Amino acid sequence: MIKLEPRVERSPAWSYLSPVLAILLTLITGYVVFALLGHDPLNALYTLLIAPVADWYGVTELLVMTIPILLCAYGLALCYRASVWNIGAEGQLLIGGVCASAVAVNFVDSTSAFAMPLTLFAGIAGGMLWAGLAAFMKLRLNTNEILVTIMLNYIAVNILLWAVHGPLKDPHGYNFPESALFGDSTLLPVLFDGTRLHLGLAFALLALCATWVFISKTFIGFQIQVLGLDASAAKMAGYKRALLIAGVLVISGGLAGLAGAGEVAGPIGQLVPQISPGYGYAAIIVAFLGRLHPVGITFAGLLMGLIYMGGELAQINMGLPNAITGIFQGLMLFYLLSCDVLITYRLRFSLPFKQQKAQPIHIAQES
Amino acid sequence: MELDVITNILYATIRTGTPLLLVALGEMVCEKSGTLNLGQEGMMLLGAVAGFITMYQCDNLFIGFTVAALVGVMASLIFAFVALNLNASQVAAGLALTIFGTGLSAFLGADYEGKTINALPTLAIAGFEHIPVLGKALFSQDAIVYLSWGLVLGAYLFFKYHRAGLAVRAIGENPSVGNNLGLPVMRTRYLAVMFGGALAGIAGAYLSLAYTPLWTQNMTAGRGWIALALVVFASWRIERVMLGAYLFGFASIMHLVAQAFGWAVESNLLAMLPYGATLIVLIMLSKNKQKLKMYEPMWLGKPWHKGH
Amino acid sequence: MNNKYRLTMQGMTKQYPGCIANNDVTLKIKHGEVHALLGENGAGKSTLMKMLYGVVKPDQGDMFFNGRIMNIKEPADARDLGIGMVFQHFSLFETLTVAQNIELALGDLAGHSSTLAGRITKTSTRYGMPLDPHRLVSTLSTGERQRVEIVRCLLLDIQLLILDEPTSVLTPQEVDALFKTLKSLKKEGCSVLFISHKLHEVIELCDSATILRGGKVSGHCIPKNETSESIARLMVGDNTPISNQTRRALGTADFLTVNNLTTAAQALFETPLKNINFAVQQGEIVGIAGVAGNGQEELLKVLSGEQIQASSSAIKFKNTVVDALCPLKRRRLGLACVPEDRLGRGAVPTMDLAQNALLTSFDNGLVKNGFLVKQKITELANKIITKYKVKTPSFRTHAASLSGGNLQKFIIGREVEQSPKLLVMSHPTWGVDIGAQVAIHEAILKLRDEGCAVLVISEDLDELYKICDRIGAICDGKLSPILNTDTVPLVQLGQWMAGDFSDVFNNQPKVHTPQGALV
Repeated sequence: MIKLEPRVERSPAWSYLSPVLAILLTLITGYVVFALLGHDPLNALYTLLIAPVADWYGVTELLVMTIPILLCAYGLALCYRASVWNIGAEGQLLIGGVCASAVAVNFVDSTSAFAMPLTLFAGIAGGMLWAGLAAFMKLRLNTNEILVTIMLNYIAVNILLWAVHGPLKDPHGYNFPESALFGDSTLLPVLFDGTRLHLGLAFALLALCATWVFISKTFIGFQIQVLGLDASAAKMAGYKRALLIAGVLVISGGLAGLAGAGEVAGPIGQLVPQISPGYGYAAIIVAFLGRLHPVGITFAGLLMGLIYMGGELAQINMGLPNAITGIFQGLMLFYLLSCDVLITYRLRFSLPFKQQKAQPIHIAQES
Repeated sequence: MELDVITNILYATIRTGTPLLLVALGEMVCEKSGTLNLGQEGMMLLGAVAGFITMYQCDNLFIGFTVAALVGVMASLIFAFVALNLNASQVAAGLALTIFGTGLSAFLGADYEGKTINALPTLAIAGFEHIPVLGKALFSQDAIVYLSWGLVLGAYLFFKYHRAGLAVRAIGENPSVGNNLGLPVMRTRYLAVMFGGALAGIAGAYLSLAYTPLWTQNMTAGRGWIALALVVFASWRIERVMLGAYLFGFASIMHLVAQAFGWAVESNLLAMLPYGATLIVLIMLSKNKQKLKMYEPMWLGKPWHKGH
Repeated sequence: MNNKYRLTMQGMTKQYPGCIANNDVTLKIKHGEVHALLGENGAGKSTLMKMLYGVVKPDQGDMFFNGRIMNIKEPADARDLGIGMVFQHFSLFETLTVAQNIELALGDLAGHSSTLAGRITKTSTRYGMPLDPHRLVSTLSTGERQRVEIVRCLLLDIQLLILDEPTSVLTPQEVDALFKTLKSLKKEGCSVLFISHKLHEVIELCDSATILRGGKVSGHCIPKNETSESIARLMVGDNTPISNQTRRALGTADFLTVNNLTTAAQALFETPLKNINFAVQQGEIVGIAGVAGNGQEELLKVLSGEQIQASSSAIKFKNTVVDALCPLKRRRLGLACVPEDRLGRGAVPTMDLAQNALLTSFDNGLVKNGFLVKQKITELANKIITKYKVKTPSFRTHAASLSGGNLQKFIIGREVEQSPKLLVMSHPTWGVDIGAQVAIHEAILKLRDEGCAVLVISEDLDELYKICDRIGAICDGKLSPILNTDTVPLVQLGQWMAGDFSDVFNNQPKVHTPQGALV
């Protein structure tokens, strides 16, 4: 029989092993699924995971894809550490893109040095505002942030659609639902010729360092962790719950908004009806997979970006629907949740009549 | 003419509200046992695609809906195992189910986009359907609408008069105490989750077999999330869930209402209405903290295991 | 096995990872006998009962009921035999009525729900503990909730009633009422197993007693033939000093003054405070007794700053009005606070001791320019661990891994190390083993002698009588007068706990205090 037995102390080893095991299990499942579907499983896995980065261009494309996911995920990790369940990164990203575009379309023919900073700033502000709405509703109106942020996601999608069909539609653009192409002054500079890898990489690295230092070395970072682990202790200690919650929401909103701005001012170069294939949602999984730690998130984000690219490649080369990405993402999260059990429980394989072994004696804790 | 328009609006409201009603009812029962399942979108989509494929292959609506319900149950079991047996975060497990279900349904349904099937026909109740205004709305609906009403009534009676209903509520308040008293906590929660899964599956199938009727990926467009808000709106009271479902159904068809009355409103803005309405309702409800806490199952979403 | 005893538990042994909770324990109860099971916190009483009641499976041992071997796999089996158990923590659902709770607890044995309400009323009145079956449990006092638990057992024609620490939640008057009920049960032939650590009650009520210490049986006795001291020796062994009264102190100037403090209930089951007036002086310990649920939590929250009263000016720390101040500002004025919850609120269970030290001590040089000074934090944690003898491998252990007593020592040490001018504590030694309890009391007394003002809110009357210089009681949000402990006999305190503030005994000589000493 297999039983789950609570551990005396959490196992730090399993904290790190669990995501690895989850990824392994996902790969194995993928292998089996591909085989069942009649594809050569090794080839399929190769297409999904290795082919996308087989050359330099592929590597830069991976980074291009990963940057927005990472920016969102670093911010979400802060929220989740505070037990604030921000599901709205996608919406914050979209609003960031819309706001950045609203600024950028005014600088199409300009050469001003302020154009790009303003564009990015607008994106960050947009994301912060959208997250701030959720913060307001949670703190002042006591609404559940999961539902609020999700509703705001759907509203954001519609705002984007309205914008490209209306106010931001390119007047010279043959009535397509797109904005004007952004001018060079607002486009993020490309880092390597022949690739699409842009300055957003620097932002991602900055965000990585900043959030890492913030959460592990500052007192506010400590307060956020306490708030997430035990709200009553935070209250007793006098930490300002409202400020902390608003803070993490607004920071993550800003990062997501930056991600959105980076997409429209980077690889896309304009505002179009779809500027994100679900980066905000992928970031949620990345945050969990990465154990809410910036370094872990970086690895998990790269993996997730790889899966996105692999999914596209699989669609082209093997005729598999793009939805294969979603399946893998969901599977990975399920496996991660399952493997996480091993951190606080251990598996006991026992024969029905076996007795427990005696262990060192000390004063009984239980009365 | 005016009366006709109102009749049709009422009729459409009920049809639109039915999937919401089913999902909300299912999730409400689940939440009453203390379990928060955020995977509604995933279960609905899986039910929708399963129902559609089944219907396409064998042209039998009854089997189609049954398969959808079973698929919903199976999907909910994955969640139940991870959240209840392994005691993982219910929020994360539910999200995983949504993401997985969305992806899997899109994958399975890829070849079926654009196909057509014979939709669920109306089951008019002879005679009553001609009553002005209400007749069409109440007596000229399809089988699933009537089923939804029956389920609401059944659930209401179950919780009010049956000892098992009492046990569900008790377990939702405190599974530790329930376990001490010998109540079958795990079994009850599993059944509650499965009930929610079945109803979500049927609701999804309603969309693909009756409401639209076709299959496209992501066709639920957030209805699962709205249903979750509906449960809060109804304060976890069965008798209130119909009111909320039809209100939101009405909000969802506002663009049709606008058309009918000749209002010129930007369609994208109207499309935001159900989500905006949800937000507003959530705000209104949550303002009174005390009242909210009175009905919310005390152990909702909290992990529990034997020996806690 | 003959039918001489109602219950026989023989050779009971149970091990958990890290400790042996019960080691070859034997317990025998006669028919119609009131039998006491004594022992300090951590002695193994609860585990033994859990095995009897089927909640826990014994590693070794046999149990016999009326001479026949018992095969208990779950509580329903024990119930079917005729054993009723009232645990220390009630198994009640707050959002359901009395009748609904009993219906769920009894399952099929409840019969038809329409007749149940009537049966509840009849049985409860018959045994002197009347209950309204249609009241929501959330509206019942703790004493009334205990009645629900007992009536639930009585509805089933039980032959053995087990009560686990029943009197810790009752006023002295309610205790008398309970004893009357138990005596009438005894007359009907029902046996009673009375689990307690309160010696004076055991001496008053019980026919015989089994004493547990450290998981083993340390002795049997007939309580009426013993003294408190002799029984206490069996409970704690020969090396631990028996708790005596400590030296009383006189406070100097007022530090904490509370005038006309009134609050409104913030959440659903809270008790509003009504016009509370009292003061705590520097260099004294004031104790507030009271059954849980009468406003203690609310009082603590309003003093600690967890609840802020923006427009009130009822609470002062030495002339500074603090009602609107957050916990941090109050801490800067000299407040330290030890709440009743250790795991959660007092400490974060999944954080290590260094982080938990930082939790409330951050104002003492542990944070510089917003950044954590790791060295100072670990220094503080180690200091607390060494000075207060917290048993732990290192500061890296998580708070959840510490035993109750050790964690409480750590938390109190953390607060005391901040050199507070006012220390407010709630139930400081509940569930804590005797060694830690003694250490904690010593720490509190030392703090008092150094001039700190100390307020102790507790249900443990023994503890209050032992360490407090002045004492009072809270009932239903109202506070009794606070008088010198030695002038407040137990009967008086009991009256106050029940809400009767009418008579104030003055200059009452020679009255019994719970230790059994004459004062």
